Amino acid sequence: MEPLREVGGRAIPFGAKNVDTDVIIPARWLKTITRDGLGRGAFETLRSDPDNLFDSAEFKGSPILIAGDNFGCGSSREHAAWALLDLGITAVIAPSFSDIFSGNAFKNGILTVVLPQEAVDRLMEVAKTDPITIDLEHQSVTTPFQDRFTFEIDPFRKHCLLEGLDEVGLTLARDVAIARYENDAATALPWLARTGQSLGEHTA
Amino acid sequence: MASKPRTLYEKIWDAHVVERRDDGTCLIYVDRHLVHEVTSPQAFEALRASGRTVRRPDLTLAVPDHNLPTTARRDAAGRPIPIADVESAQQLAALERNAPEFGIRLIGDADVEQGIVHVVGPEQGFSLPGATIVCGDSHTACHGGLGALAFGIGTSEVEHVLATQTLLLKQSKTMEVRVEGVLGAGVTAKDVVLHIGGVLRAAGGTGYVIEYTGSAIRDLSVEGRLTVSNMAIEHGARAGLIAPDDKTFAYVKGRPYAPKGAEWDAAVTWWRSLSTDPGATYDKVVVINAADIVPSVTWGTSPEDVVPITGSVPAPEDFADPSKQDAARKSLDYMGLTPGQKLTEVEIQNVFIGSCTNSRIEDLRAAAKVLKNRTKAANVRWAVVVPGSGLVKRQAEAEGLDKIFLAAGFEWREPGCSACLGMNPDKVPPGERCASTSNRNFVGRQGPGSRTHLVSPATAAASAVAGKLADVRELG
Repeated sequence: MEPLREVGGRAIPFGAKNVDTDVIIPARWLKTITRDGLGRGAFETLRSDPDNLFDSAEFKGSPILIAGDNFGCGSSREHAAWALLDLGITAVIAPSFSDIFSGNAFKNGILTVVLPQEAVDRLMEVAKTDPITIDLEHQSVTTPFQDRFTFEIDPFRKHCLLEGLDEVGLTLARDVAIARYENDAATALPWLARTGQSLGEHTA
Repeated sequence: MASKPRTLYEKIWDAHVVERRDDGTCLIYVDRHLVHEVTSPQAFEALRASGRTVRRPDLTLAVPDHNLPTTARRDAAGRPIPIADVESAQQLAALERNAPEFGIRLIGDADVEQGIVHVVGPEQGFSLPGATIVCGDSHTACHGGLGALAFGIGTSEVEHVLATQTLLLKQSKTMEVRVEGVLGAGVTAKDVVLHIGGVLRAAGGTGYVIEYTGSAIRDLSVEGRLTVSNMAIEHGARAGLIAPDDKTFAYVKGRPYAPKGAEWDAAVTWWRSLSTDPGATYDKVVVINAADIVPSVTWGTSPEDVVPITGSVPAPEDFADPSKQDAARKSLDYMGLTPGQKLTEVEIQNVFIGSCTNSRIEDLRAAAKVLKNRTKAANVRWAVVVPGSGLVKRQAEAEGLDKIFLAAGFEWREPGCSACLGMNPDKVPPGERCASTSNRNFVGRQGPGSRTHLVSPATAAASAVAGKLADVRELG
């Protein structure tokens, strides 16, 4: 994964609340077996309107998206994160995110920034005309008008994003601890540590 | 540790901690991993690219469900009937290739055990109380109905679990949703969870794991509990949980993957110990009176847009929040509804009985009970029943339910996710309305331009007969 320190540029002042993953990428786009090319299906329904923000001369290719509460609710499809990346979006600012989406975003190097509604409203205003900058190291969002909003981020996620670390590789390095857990579980919780029998019909 | 009273969630969590980091993040062991064809190809591709293997293929089960057509899959000679949609076929083929390559058991499209992963897991005894269960699908919360800690994960996490059998997680906050009292006649588990969704709103559960408690939940059958827990994600919760009890144990016992003999007895003893301790506290408690719940239906494009079937379509001005007013205006426009319109006057063209929420045998029995000696209204163009698994289908046929559905003008299909999300050919046409027993009424969910009203199987059946959204209690 590419390290991510700063995201700067125009931000799409989208603002909608409860944007679900079916809006971000409709189910018909989930049939791919690779991670690439999903930008074409991103926000497909909204983008069928020729005046949509995403394809406007001003916002096309912007690296930041500003949204309302509960962004990314709905399904677990990581395609939502891949679709945003393919559109060129590497950071999303919103008052809240769905748990699964923010996890998926993080694992693909997309920064999710949680800010209070007032700050999001102000950034929406600025974004209409000017760029904004997100500094991950200092956990801040700034505008050319001296606005400065700080945000919280999980220290582990921050570290992984800054360094571009692969989480699977990090966990594989904990093999001894995992094997120890498995050994203990085989004695303490054998019905979980392995499965009962084979596939078939319920005979009770 | 042992002295502090803990909730069901905290007990399952504590039993699965491999390592705890200083910041509170835990490496959590995963007991069961269900894999389907949509969210796994990129995970297997990544394993292959990095030369990694699956740590515990024996704790992993692969089942195709989303893309499979619900029409016949084999011709008279038993040969596979090719799938017309090239991309669907490609995704299914990828699972059929990846599962054996990585040593994972695959339930194939023509096996009688095939079905929706969230129906198959409990049915096979693969899903157990007290287990941590994950799947690349948000409705994994379903298995929480057995008292398992079950939740949906993204594809990168699927890869992480395949490679390490663990997930790096922060403990969620806990919420108790207590439903006390007795449910009225005609009120089902689906109405309970729709009602809860209306109370909590779509994001009310974000950051929480919900434990559903109270006498109304305890009185539900295990299948009813699976229906409730299934939709925990629709109020934003990562997982739903219902304490396992004698009903749960009776349901699990004897299933193919369930523990046997002395191990079974030890498991039951442990499962009994998992219930929330007296004195344990939740971060949030919501109490609902069962008597307030009536057959419910959604009017909009978010699962929180719930009204009683006896009610009317709300007006945007009914909402205090300006952004909700705006969302309501868009929903009404998309749904083609007028504020004040009675729900029971809304005509429907499609009825879908199926999905991981409502495709088990009790769901089909409830729908068939309403449809017996009745037929769908002439304006209902397409009415379909999609059983949750081949075993559910077989059981329904043994009980003669298929005959009732067919006589009522319904189609009787092969198991799969089907028109819940329309990845296979089963879709609701643009502008048409569907009374659906599924779990999401999002814009375009059942096909581009489709208009979904979420309902219980009994309400769906009654609506098919009436040709409009209907109050099943009026049919008698």
